[in-house]
Amino acid sequence: MTEQTRRSFLGGLLAFGTTAVGALLAIPLARFSLDPLWRTTSGVLWSDVGPAADFRSMTAPMKMQVAIEQRDGWRKVLSEKPVYVVTRGDGRPRVLSAVCPHLGCSIGWSDAKKQFICPCHNGAFAPDGALLSGPPPRGMDELDARIEGGRLQVRYQYFRQLVPTREVLA
Amino acid sequence: MTARLVDWFDRRTGIRGLLHQALDEPIPGGARFAYVFGSGLLFLFLSQAITGVFLALYYVPSADHAHTTVAYIVKEVSSGSFIRSLHVYGSSAMIIVLLLHIGQTVLFGSYKGYRELLWLAGCVLFALILGMAFTGYLLPWDQKAYFATAVGTNILTEVPWVGSSLKQFVRGGNDLGTLTISRFFVAHIFVLPAAIFAFVGAHVFLFRKAGAAGPPVRAQARTTESFYPRQVLMDVAFTAVLVLALGVLAWFIPADLGPEANAADTRFLPRPEWYYVPVFQWLKYWPGARAIVGIVVIPALVAALFAGLPFLDRSKERRPWRRPFSVGGFAVVMLSLVGLGVQSRVQDERDPAISRQLALQHDAVDAFMKEPFEPEVTAGARKVEKAAFVNTTVAHGKDVFAAQACDACHGADARGSESAPSLVGVAARFPNGQLTQIVKTPNAKMSDGGMQPLDAPDPDIAALVAYLESLQ
Repeated sequence: MTEQTRRSFLGGLLAFGTTAVGALLAIPLARFSLDPLWRTTSGVLWSDVGPAADFRSMTAPMKMQVAIEQRDGWRKVLSEKPVYVVTRGDGRPRVLSAVCPHLGCSIGWSDAKKQFICPCHNGAFAPDGALLSGPPPRGMDELDARIEGGRLQVRYQYFRQLVPTREVLA
Repeated sequence: MTARLVDWFDRRTGIRGLLHQALDEPIPGGARFAYVFGSGLLFLFLSQAITGVFLALYYVPSADHAHTTVAYIVKEVSSGSFIRSLHVYGSSAMIIVLLLHIGQTVLFGSYKGYRELLWLAGCVLFALILGMAFTGYLLPWDQKAYFATAVGTNILTEVPWVGSSLKQFVRGGNDLGTLTISRFFVAHIFVLPAAIFAFVGAHVFLFRKAGAAGPPVRAQARTTESFYPRQVLMDVAFTAVLVLALGVLAWFIPADLGPEANAADTRFLPRPEWYYVPVFQWLKYWPGARAIVGIVVIPALVAALFAGLPFLDRSKERRPWRRPFSVGGFAVVMLSLVGLGVQSRVQDERDPAISRQLALQHDAVDAFMKEPFEPEVTAGARKVEKAAFVNTTVAHGKDVFAAQACDACHGADARGSESAPSLVGVAARFPNGQLTQIVKTPNAKMSDGGMQPLDAPDPDIAALVAYLESLQ
């Protein structure tokens, strides 16, 4: 074996070795930086609205503030969001988001008109949240709700605005 | 194929010449394991830089988030504990390899022969690396970090004339706090690393300019050997040992994190990282007025003697047994440091009160490490409690404000949003009942902005106006 080939063989071995060790060391670094990708993003938890009995004999939609808990990396963000509790034909409560599906203004309930009115662009919704008139592309968004241990709970989510179908935003 | 690719690069970069210069450097007397420490340090520094950059993906340098974010790295993020451990143990490894590098240089007398600047650049690097260790230690903001840094920065007050100003400058105030973290963070990730890069460049340049010093016995230096391949292989072998040692340590004994810093804990006994323990012990012997001698004068003298070594030891003689003062002096300083470290440990173990407290602190760290990660609670939206309104009309007005969805545009506290201005102080612009009028029939400018006329019973409007007038 000549000196030249021995040297280049050694060089190749060194290059291979350092690349292999480097790749091995890169694994924890990749895992570390990609960590947020592997976390289940729906940090949305069930929030308490109130005792289910309170919503059985409603005559008009009730505006409730619910406490939302979301995980944001190393933070836990607590916030309050307004929702409307309305009743369906069968007497079971439904929970509607107060965010207008048009441009995201906060929808108000008008006792005089017996309608939901969005103050920004005069979108009007029926007491069950169905679209009556105005620019919104769809009715008010219904939130997942359930009754657990006699209490109404809701999973607060945001939905895409300006589209005719209800699309959950992660 | 490869040759053509290399040709292509060589034409544009001169890579072959550079490689030739880098690899075929002659080493008098041939390759030796004694020469591996410099490359080892370079590798460790790069490892610290890479792991450090990754840690900065999650770390927040502020007193209210630093500890939470480090706990998040350690307890939640995939491989977080491993990468932080590599960084923590890497700092200790740097100190060890640095001492070996200096020891080899002193023993071989390699600072001789027009190498004063090379030596001085190394001294600056030594100081910078100690600075990195000191500034990095505070960043996790746990109990030991806080109290060790409190002691460390207090030492600065012993500096004559400017001592207390110096301490305030370093801390960003009288006490350790969030400004201290910012300062240490900036030093740790911007200032000191930039200086280290610069001085490593100077150190390597000056080293290549002077050439490898070779063995201290001239008879052994007759033959020369190029850097590649045997010295490269030895350097790589040493680096592999470092990688393996750090990896095994970080994997099996992850670096710990204690409970968050609590300045009110008056019983906490600060103990620095092992490489600062000798200094910590040394300070115990210099109480009161004599402190300046022990804390300033003697260390300054030792540092000056150390940095001035190539200027003081000027003979051509490099054999260690013929240079009793420089080699002996260095050995005495090193042994004294070891002695001080041992002394500190022995004193801690002999004092039952101290050893009990240290055991408690150790248990607290273990307990904290076992706890699951606790995210920091943040209020997403400001909440105005109704109890804040003394006036019931105003409180009712606030309800009307929400019920009429005024808050949709003007914000929950009427402080404005992207779509409408703040209403704080609005009463001053519309006095004497104009406000009532304007909410019922907005002017043209308001209508253009999307403001709707308010349709509500008069008592509600009166309450709303009362609420708006209360906004100051």
